[in-house]
Amino acid sequence: METVLFYLFATVALASAVMVVVNRKVFYSAISLIICLCSVAVLYLILESPFIAAIQIIVYAGAIMVVFLFVIMLLDPFSSSIMRDKKKFLAYIGVLLGILTITLLYPVLRSYDIAQTPKNPRFLDREVGSIKQLGESLFNEYLLPFEMTSVLILIAIIGVVVLAKRQVSK
Amino acid sequence: MDLLHYLILSMLLFIVGAVGFIVKKNIISMFLCVELMLNAVNLSFIAFSSFLNQVDGQIIVFFVMVVAAVEAAVGLAITIVLYRNRNTLNADDADTMKW
Repeated sequence: METVLFYLFATVALASAVMVVVNRKVFYSAISLIICLCSVAVLYLILESPFIAAIQIIVYAGAIMVVFLFVIMLLDPFSSSIMRDKKKFLAYIGVLLGILTITLLYPVLRSYDIAQTPKNPRFLDREVGSIKQLGESLFNEYLLPFEMTSVLILIAIIGVVVLAKRQVSK
Repeated sequence: MDLLHYLILSMLLFIVGAVGFIVKKNIISMFLCVELMLNAVNLSFIAFSSFLNQVDGQIIVFFVMVVAAVEAAVGLAITIVLYRNRNTLNADDADTMKW
């Protein structure tokens, strides 16, 4: 059951990822990316991390992609996105580089042995994915990074407002 | 399912995103490819977190999502400003600072 689910959603994720790149219209690329994010969220569920799966769907596929779609519709994509391929060879070089990276990276992944890495004795098997465990770790060990993200978001808000403001006097 | 399957899926998703980032010229498409790469890395973090029995991987994914949200907001604001000033979405047209 788990294997079938993994292969099903891995296939969907890969196919929609390829569709993101292949599609010439940005709107359809964004829709494919939403499908990819949702199927990866299912993989998170298989990996017993339901909180991250929920966050993935609510924040990633919900909020962030809505911002993307909003901007895409704002900028009139169907007229401006279809561009002539001035440098066709760039696509071939990209695919070639991708294949090269796969051939170089696959032996490295293959040689990694999980059994040699020590497991963390702190947690019981069933506890790792739970929200309680996540929250305790987030607000004890990772409290400083957590507060730093709020500063980061504040900086981003100010930056976006400054960028998007129209300059009146020119 | 063992860890290798998840790592290979993550690698393939990352490479599709990286190739897309090289090939695409539309700025918004390039942003979508960056999101794809971040998502691939998140998948490998969650896989390691699950197989090593550690909660730290999930927390890093949490932070990566925050950074992705920030990056999308700032990047799209820059895209809007570029479109307003140059009337284009092509990344090759924004070459003022190119040497």
